[in-house]
Amino acid sequence: MSYSNQIIDHYQNPRNVGSLDRANSFVGTGVVGAPECGDVMKLQIQFDDNERILDAKFKTFGCGSAIASSSLATEWVKGKTLDEALEIKNTEIVKELALPPVKIHCSVLAEDAIRAAVADAKKKIAERNPAAAK
Amino acid sequence: MSDRKIYLDNNATTRVDPRVLDEMLPFFCEKYGNPASRNHAFGWESEEGVDIARDRVASVIGADAKEIIFTSGATEGNNIAIKGVAAMYGEKGKHIITQVTEHKAVIDPCKWLEQHGFRVTFLPVQKDGRISMDALREAMTPDTILVSIMHGNNEIGTLQPIAEIGRLCKEKSVLFHTDCCQTFGKTPIDVNAMGIDLLSCSGHKIHGPKGVGALYVRRRNPRVRCEAIIHGGGHERGMRSGTLNVPGIVGLGKAAQLCAEGIKNGEVDRIRGLRDRLIDGILSQLDETYLNGHRTERTPNNVNISFAFVEGESMMMGFPEIAVSSGSACTSASLEPSYVLRALGVGDDLAHSSIRFSLSRFTTQEEIDHAVNRVVTAVRRLRQMSPLYEMAQEGIDLKEVQWAHH
Repeated sequence: MSYSNQIIDHYQNPRNVGSLDRANSFVGTGVVGAPECGDVMKLQIQFDDNERILDAKFKTFGCGSAIASSSLATEWVKGKTLDEALEIKNTEIVKELALPPVKIHCSVLAEDAIRAAVADAKKKIAERNPAAAK
Repeated sequence: MSDRKIYLDNNATTRVDPRVLDEMLPFFCEKYGNPASRNHAFGWESEEGVDIARDRVASVIGADAKEIIFTSGATEGNNIAIKGVAAMYGEKGKHIITQVTEHKAVIDPCKWLEQHGFRVTFLPVQKDGRISMDALREAMTPDTILVSIMHGNNEIGTLQPIAEIGRLCKEKSVLFHTDCCQTFGKTPIDVNAMGIDLLSCSGHKIHGPKGVGALYVRRRNPRVRCEAIIHGGGHERGMRSGTLNVPGIVGLGKAAQLCAEGIKNGEVDRIRGLRDRLIDGILSQLDETYLNGHRTERTPNNVNISFAFVEGESMMMGFPEIAVSSGSACTSASLEPSYVLRALGVGDDLAHSSIRFSLSRFTTQEEIDHAVNRVVTAVRRLRQMSPLYEMAQEGIDLKEVQWAHH
């Protein structure tokens, strides 16, 4: 099995590798997967008062397709609101990276990572503003 | 040098040695007779080629040429040995002993026999990949007819104490089969000194052609008999019918001869030296990096290392010019990490992080040094991208984390 040029590009030049301050109340963190399964993704988003995502960072333990999926996810969430980010579908990642069928789970994991990061962000917003959360 | 391809996957298969190919070529268009044709010159010259090959294969393991059966490879040899002995001696006993880290070509015939009235014990292995002799002794019963334990493991390189196993089998009058696919021609073997009754090997692991192998079947003390799996013209003492693959057999013979020379002339020692250079070069530069398998009781050309916090397939993408293999599920059809590494007690996380490098007589020191540099660079880079490495640096015990399994 050979890799698509898009996967190789993201693998060789991953976008937005790094970490944001997990404790910051404007940072949402999602960690999905398990080492025993061969992939763990950490995706973090920094957002503003309007719930717009200003920055995103990732770190991934996994195959090249997992790294590429999470790299692409950070690119796509930037500039979106939290709710808009939730609309990103794994099938779009599959299409963009030309993932083969055995690697579809990598895109699913990336979608899960976005959802987990957004959920954490929303939890922090709710904690900051209990009244608005209702 | 980075645009030059480097082949370090010789436990999978090897390059045919040009000297082997030269020896094979006349047997395609010139000496193409059937060695079973006993009454014309075409048959005789073909038969002569086969006889020379039989002698050469036999001499590598201290056997008599009459004890060599040519096969299509080690998978077939293992099948004939295990199923053939079971069929022949099934009246005497219904118990077979093997181990969990065997190649599938031994495990699957054993599992097949389990469905046909036999009982099979799959011995566990210790951390270094070796079986316990005590466990083997305890597993033996009066019903045991066969022990099948490989010599060198294809994934982790660990050598089993086959001379001790052979001695115990003799003591208990149990037949001993060993898959020597990874050690034939690389490690000294003597079927008499080691008490081996059946031994399988393969051409393509020793710079010979694919599709040919040999099975040694002892002829005296005791005389071992195998029921045939492939029936037909009664070739190969009736144990393996089918017109002989003469060019392949000639190639196997030449490859065996070159290997036997390599054991004597220092070539194998040079490969072993490069193996250790690769191990030391990597382990000395990277922390949290573990050699899988036995450190010294190991095939001379195998290196298997787990690099914590990075996944095998992503590492392989980091040095695409170097051909290696990985125990990661991502590189296998089964989507399960290596069952061999699991059997050692290596966690699934470290199984996903393993790379096997396997050398050959064509491997150079320059290639090994290049590989060390590329591997170290790739692992360092991927660790900077790894959330697990970051967590470990922060002092988080990864075993204590509640992971969302998927």
